[in-house]
Amino acid sequence: MKFTLSWLKDHLDTDASLADVVDALTMVGLEVEGVVDPAERLGAFTVAKVLTAERHPNADKLQVLTVDTGAGAPIQVVCGAPNARAGLVGVFAPPGTYVPGIDTTLAVGVIRGVESRGMMCSERELELSDSHDGIIELSPEAVVGARYVDHAGLGDAVIEIAITPNRPDCLGVRGIARDLAARGLGRLKDDTIKPVSGAYESPVGITLDFEPGRESACPVFAGRLVRGVTNGPSPEWLQRRLRAVGLRPISTLVDITNYISYDRGRPLHVYDAAKLTGPIRARMGRDGESFAALDGKTYAVDSEMTVIADDAGVLGLGGIMGGEASGVTAATQDVVIESAWFDPDRTARTGRRTGINSDARYRFERGVDPAFVLEGLELATHMVLELCGGEPSRTTVAGVAPIVDRAIDFPLAEVKRLSGLDLPPAEIGAILKMLGFWVSGMGDTVKVAVPSWRPDVHGKADLVEEVVRITGLDRVRTTPLPRGDGVTPRVLTPLQLRTRRVKRGLAARGMVEAVTWSFLSKAQAELFGGGAPALSLANPISSEMSDMRPSLLPGLIAAAGRNADRGQPDVALFEVGQVFAGDRPEDQSIAATGIRRGTAQSLGAGRHWSGNAAAASLYDAKADALGALEAAGFDTSKAQVVKGGPAWFHPGRVGTIQLGPKLVLGHFGELHPAVLAALDVGGPIAGFELLLDRIPVPKAKAGRTRPPLPAATLLPVKRDFAFVVPEAVEAAQILRAAQGAAKQVVGGVEVFDVYRGEHLSAGSKSVAVEVTLVPQGKTFTDEEIEKIGAAIVAAVAKATGASLRG
Amino acid sequence: MTDLSRQEAEILAAVAGAADEAGLEAVRVAALGKKGSVSELLKSLGAMSPDERKTAGPAINGLKDKVGAAIAARREALQAEALAARLARETLDVTLPVRPGPLEEGRIHPISQVIDEITAIFADMGFSVAEGPDIETDFYNFTALNFPADHPAREMHDTFFFNPKPDGERLLLRTHTSPVQIRTMMSVPPPIRVVCPGRTYRCDSDATHTPMFHQIEGLVIDRSSHFGHLKWVLESFLKAFFEVDEVKTRFRPSFFPFTEPSMEVDVGCARSGSEIRIGEGDDWLEILGCGMVHPNVIRACGLDPDEFQGFAWGMGIDRIAMLKYGMPDLRAFFDADVRWLKHYGFRPLDLPTLVGGLSS
Repeated sequence: MKFTLSWLKDHLDTDASLADVVDALTMVGLEVEGVVDPAERLGAFTVAKVLTAERHPNADKLQVLTVDTGAGAPIQVVCGAPNARAGLVGVFAPPGTYVPGIDTTLAVGVIRGVESRGMMCSERELELSDSHDGIIELSPEAVVGARYVDHAGLGDAVIEIAITPNRPDCLGVRGIARDLAARGLGRLKDDTIKPVSGAYESPVGITLDFEPGRESACPVFAGRLVRGVTNGPSPEWLQRRLRAVGLRPISTLVDITNYISYDRGRPLHVYDAAKLTGPIRARMGRDGESFAALDGKTYAVDSEMTVIADDAGVLGLGGIMGGEASGVTAATQDVVIESAWFDPDRTARTGRRTGINSDARYRFERGVDPAFVLEGLELATHMVLELCGGEPSRTTVAGVAPIVDRAIDFPLAEVKRLSGLDLPPAEIGAILKMLGFWVSGMGDTVKVAVPSWRPDVHGKADLVEEVVRITGLDRVRTTPLPRGDGVTPRVLTPLQLRTRRVKRGLAARGMVEAVTWSFLSKAQAELFGGGAPALSLANPISSEMSDMRPSLLPGLIAAAGRNADRGQPDVALFEVGQVFAGDRPEDQSIAATGIRRGTAQSLGAGRHWSGNAAAASLYDAKADALGALEAAGFDTSKAQVVKGGPAWFHPGRVGTIQLGPKLVLGHFGELHPAVLAALDVGGPIAGFELLLDRIPVPKAKAGRTRPPLPAATLLPVKRDFAFVVPEAVEAAQILRAAQGAAKQVVGGVEVFDVYRGEHLSAGSKSVAVEVTLVPQGKTFTDEEIEKIGAAIVAAVAKATGASLRG
Repeated sequence: MTDLSRQEAEILAAVAGAADEAGLEAVRVAALGKKGSVSELLKSLGAMSPDERKTAGPAINGLKDKVGAAIAARREALQAEALAARLARETLDVTLPVRPGPLEEGRIHPISQVIDEITAIFADMGFSVAEGPDIETDFYNFTALNFPADHPAREMHDTFFFNPKPDGERLLLRTHTSPVQIRTMMSVPPPIRVVCPGRTYRCDSDATHTPMFHQIEGLVIDRSSHFGHLKWVLESFLKAFFEVDEVKTRFRPSFFPFTEPSMEVDVGCARSGSEIRIGEGDDWLEILGCGMVHPNVIRACGLDPDEFQGFAWGMGIDRIAMLKYGMPDLRAFFDADVRWLKHYGFRPLDLPTLVGGLSS
């Protein structure tokens, strides 16, 4: 919403400066988006008179002028305007002036050998209009040497404010003035609009033609005919105001409607009575109808849109835009002025469907004052009579304005309860009255009636807002929230703690945390088990962001690819974030996922004198996965690691971490080459994915004490065994068998070597383990160690078919 | 010179002349070994008369001790020499670069870090952390938050929707973290103090908007918290978060469907070029929206707005991260460029705490 300072002062009696006005607007909630003060921008341009004009010696289309600028001797200016001539009074810019229309700061120039010490300007150069037919011609009486902005009355600051959707009353200058008056910036001027008495009945009938249930689309429609008008250009002051707020003057009648729209927030429409066929009807549109709007486009109408029509067809979209055919022109003699009220929601829907953004729509969809329908019509009649002449009819009104009487029981203590601001009742009452509320009653609770132009005020809290908004939120004293007793207790939930710890844990493994989009392409989603219709967006921003991610892997893999393209082939990335298995809240879980590309191992990447890093493998991913689980507080010795996993991994290089087959915590492995190829990212890439929600929450412990440490006093004994087993035998089988062979004394089994090669038959491997034997109470005898060793060998042989390597 | 002293001189000379431990051992065996010269002399004592033994015994034993001591001393010297020689051989080039450890390489994303910072501050003020789903219903995202049926935010150009279900329900991606307010109020009895960080989505994509971003919501519901408390919470937060002693704030009336009164908050700042410094200067920067929870919202959650009251606020996590740490471009947050992450990210052990300061 734009307006000028002088326009505001039509309604607000004030001596406040521009700066005070701007500050007050901001503080009452009318956020100032910009202030343009033309006095600052065009202040250097002055009124000047051309004394002589002669042809340029070296150019046919240029003239050399001498110009009286009102200061000292005449000045020589080279000018190309066809209308430049001796005696012309125009607008002069001296060297050093910034000329906005050509975005240039003038300097003394030499044009084809003739010095030019300034410029005579066109309207376009001053950004006053698009006119560039010639230089500006002022009346001969203009005072030479005066500032052009003063002469032309352009020294009027233009203020633009953002209006929140709840304040349709401030889409008119008067509403803004009312707020500022309440704030104490001045006095709201009286404003009684006297009805114009018409001498005759309007021959143009007005009817509301709605089927039952649709009457609310346009509950009231008022109009009147003014015959014998002259519709020329509107007066200078009116054109200037409209231009200042960004509107193009059209003709007096149209300019009057636009003016009242901005002055009062009351949109109006004018029809050329000669172009109407029969009475004007407000009704619902009919499928198949269309009309040519004033913006030059044709719009299809449907049965949900309110239209204004005559017997010949649709004249316009109610509350949005009028039609070309019935519009007023310079030839218009008889004009019908419309002042109606259109349902905000329906207007908004129609506006969105047609895509028309008009000043009328902007106001009607937010809510125009229903009590100002007739007054708006009278105000327009006054202006038409004054500026266009003519003879008014009596008003015709169809329907009833939808004025809702809202009265709120307002306990004055609400102000303090919600805002903390302790205001005297008189001040509360005074503010509400200044804003147009009616306050009646005495005592702790008063009755407050809401003015018709405030559709946003429904209850006590709204009234509190009005009071504190005008009083100023800066008057509210900052009040500490009471603190709880004692030290702040732990606030994070187990899952929140887990999430934080896993992030830090993975970063501590040398991985870099990424945050990638929650949505990806359907193809990517499908590669990782997603892409279900329920998780596809109806209106994605692009086909690359159409489906909710089923896994964090595709986002990370794509990120690794981008990094490789930027010369970073070895990256270790992780993300901890939401993944979607369905569209219900319980289908969303927190995944912790990491990948290592190239040689990005946790102890370093790439070549190094101490040893080159190998390509990151399944085992790096496994270590990351177990590390993340440990960081989450989970004891990984309780987990089973089994072969196999989702299809996006290499089928022979994937493992699953689980607590039994029904409780899978996650997977690790090397990514399937075909999946990487589909994502167009070079491998190899190893990765893991865990679902943190799946980790069982340990039972709360009664205390924090830990069991005593059962440290053995006797030295443990270590024995090595090399087992030759078929290739298919898994290390875990050997470890389990060895461990189980003598549970009491086996403290641990570690694999220290895996060998395949020339000394073994094909299809076999040697797995060498070191078994730690912990003596219980007394040292082992050689026989005992011998016996335990034999038991281990027998157990492993039984479980796996292993033989001891000779 | 007696035989004994000559013998002593010879042995000691041999000890001194031994070039290494093996040579010294040979000298030892020759002198003190079973058949060594000194051992032979000792054996000869048995055949002597007591008188002879009286003089020869101490002399020979003295020789034995002297030789033994000389050998031990020489051995020690030889060992020291050998060690020195070995150490000299073992000299390493201390300037060879070592591989950095994982703690130096890993990084935490600024969004995680800032959420940890915010959590530390609000935990101290008695807030806990609540979360909710990204895929929301119209009820939680709009209706319960007092959005009118025809509000433009419900249109396709602002909000990401899923396709309607057979029963007509149309799920959406939450456009703000405010649905968590509703979920909290409907599940936890007051008094409530929560902050709700999370991902939010809007159909926006340009230089300063991304279709996904992060917000944090705050909610206080009890029987007495008013706007003065809200001011305190936000001012305290801004000071703590930006780690400055004072901040200027300006609360401007505004409009949100779910609060009444509603305010936008500007924070005082100084601008120079593209840099913005909070806590200095005379400029204002809009930083968050807030207000007293609308009675309709309290009612929608099954509470009586005449009994319970409180306030809520919401702000962009990415945005305040950018303001604090100076990242110029929001889109880079989601690009996972390791150069950016290493530069703007945080070390794994940079855990924000109030005792240690939020950032170093």
